[in-house]
Amino acid sequence: MHVVAHKIPADPLIRWDWVNSNKGVILSAVGQHLELTAIAVVVGFAIALPLAVAAWKVPALRPPLVTVSGLLYVIPSVALFVLIQPITGFFSITTAEIALTSYTLLILVRNILAGLDAVPDQVREAARGMGYTALRELVVVDIPMALPSIFAGLRVATVTTVGLVTITAFIGQGGLGQLIISGFNNNFHSPIVVGLVLSVLLAGALDAALVLAEHVALPWARVERVR
Amino acid sequence: MHFLSQVAHFISQNWGGPDGFWVRSVNQIELTAAVVAAAALVGIGVGVVLGHTGRGGFVAVNSANAARAIPSLALLTLLAIQPAIGLKGNGFLASFLALFALAVPPILTNAYVGVRNVDADVRSAARAMGMTAPQVLGRVELPLALPLVMAGLRTAAVEVVATATLAAYVSYADLGSFIFAGLNTQNHVQTFAGGFMVAVLALLTDLVLAAAQRAVTPVGLRRGGQAARTRGVGADATTTRRRLRAPASAAGPG
Repeated sequence: MHVVAHKIPADPLIRWDWVNSNKGVILSAVGQHLELTAIAVVVGFAIALPLAVAAWKVPALRPPLVTVSGLLYVIPSVALFVLIQPITGFFSITTAEIALTSYTLLILVRNILAGLDAVPDQVREAARGMGYTALRELVVVDIPMALPSIFAGLRVATVTTVGLVTITAFIGQGGLGQLIISGFNNNFHSPIVVGLVLSVLLAGALDAALVLAEHVALPWARVERVR
Repeated sequence: MHFLSQVAHFISQNWGGPDGFWVRSVNQIELTAAVVAAAALVGIGVGVVLGHTGRGGFVAVNSANAARAIPSLALLTLLAIQPAIGLKGNGFLASFLALFALAVPPILTNAYVGVRNVDADVRSAARAMGMTAPQVLGRVELPLALPLVMAGLRTAAVEVVATATLAAYVSYADLGSFIFAGLNTQNHVQTFAGGFMVAVLALLTDLVLAAAQRAVTPVGLRRGGQAARTRGVGADATTTRRRLRAPASAAGPG
């Protein structure tokens, strides 16, 4: 990424003339940031849901899943990015996505499991009593009842990923992370401030969108959720 | 396999000396310890006072969590290019401040929730026994909040030791230095070795503090009650970023 820094005696926190003349660069950084985040969350969810359901149905699967995901989650993102590079490719988008996805996966598995665990036994027995098959019970009863916890997981996973994407700048991706790094390399405030503010705004906007989606998806929860 | 043996060779060849893995690990631990100690002082202090009085806690916890949406990399680089900060202690001061901002929210949130969640009946009983407010705080609320306070410290310490890797980018010499030097020179063995050591350090930090957390948890709280309580915290208080450390252990058998 090419950023022109005109060194002036006191560089202000933000130079709007720089922002104006670099709109294209900034927008494409936001676009890449959004894309990296969205893929990680969507793919992570697609893998996490069946994994969590399997661990919920088959108790023997649970301890290894919880232990492995707990350990993996402790591995710092910078370390994970560089540790999987020999397999997934150096400075590649695949590396970035696989690492980002594994973090969303870990958060989501944990939350989906917690949500499924919280489904009251009476409700499940009632579904069985009404003649629901196991699959129908899962789709119509269990997963909808786990949705508040699933949405909580999606929110944490999304906001976390927005933050982690900046780190992928070190392996050549990064979205807004690229702006931040170029600002640092050029000793120039504006790109860092723009990267910081936009990634906070992006996290906030995605979080708000998920709150809205939850509101729409859970009409029965609205009454009790009023504070 | 060849690659991994090169990595092992690199680590053993570069273990000692002023730029070796040992010295740089110690640097990373020193930075982490300084940050967590300072954040504990502020976070536990503020969290306990807010939890005890019950005032302003919601605002404090939420603003602390909102602050966590700020990417550490942005804060770190921004501080590092301030001439008054960036040149102090070879990047120590800038790293310290950026990591401090990362460490306070989980510590504050857990301390607040820990004290706030003490059973109202227990509090009333303590008062009825004639305890003064400071005694209630010191002998009842704090001991009961301790496991959650430790959980907050553990979360903060693991996040800080992980993110301290980035401090190398603003010239603080820790394990991250191997990663960034390796990335710059396309020396994949060096990069991998740095990443491996960072992962080991983070896992060790987590293990040590998990043991500490268990040690301060009263026996009666170790299973059901504690699990339910900490899980509730994860769902309520983590409005923006990341989990509290507690749900991971709560979900496990231990």
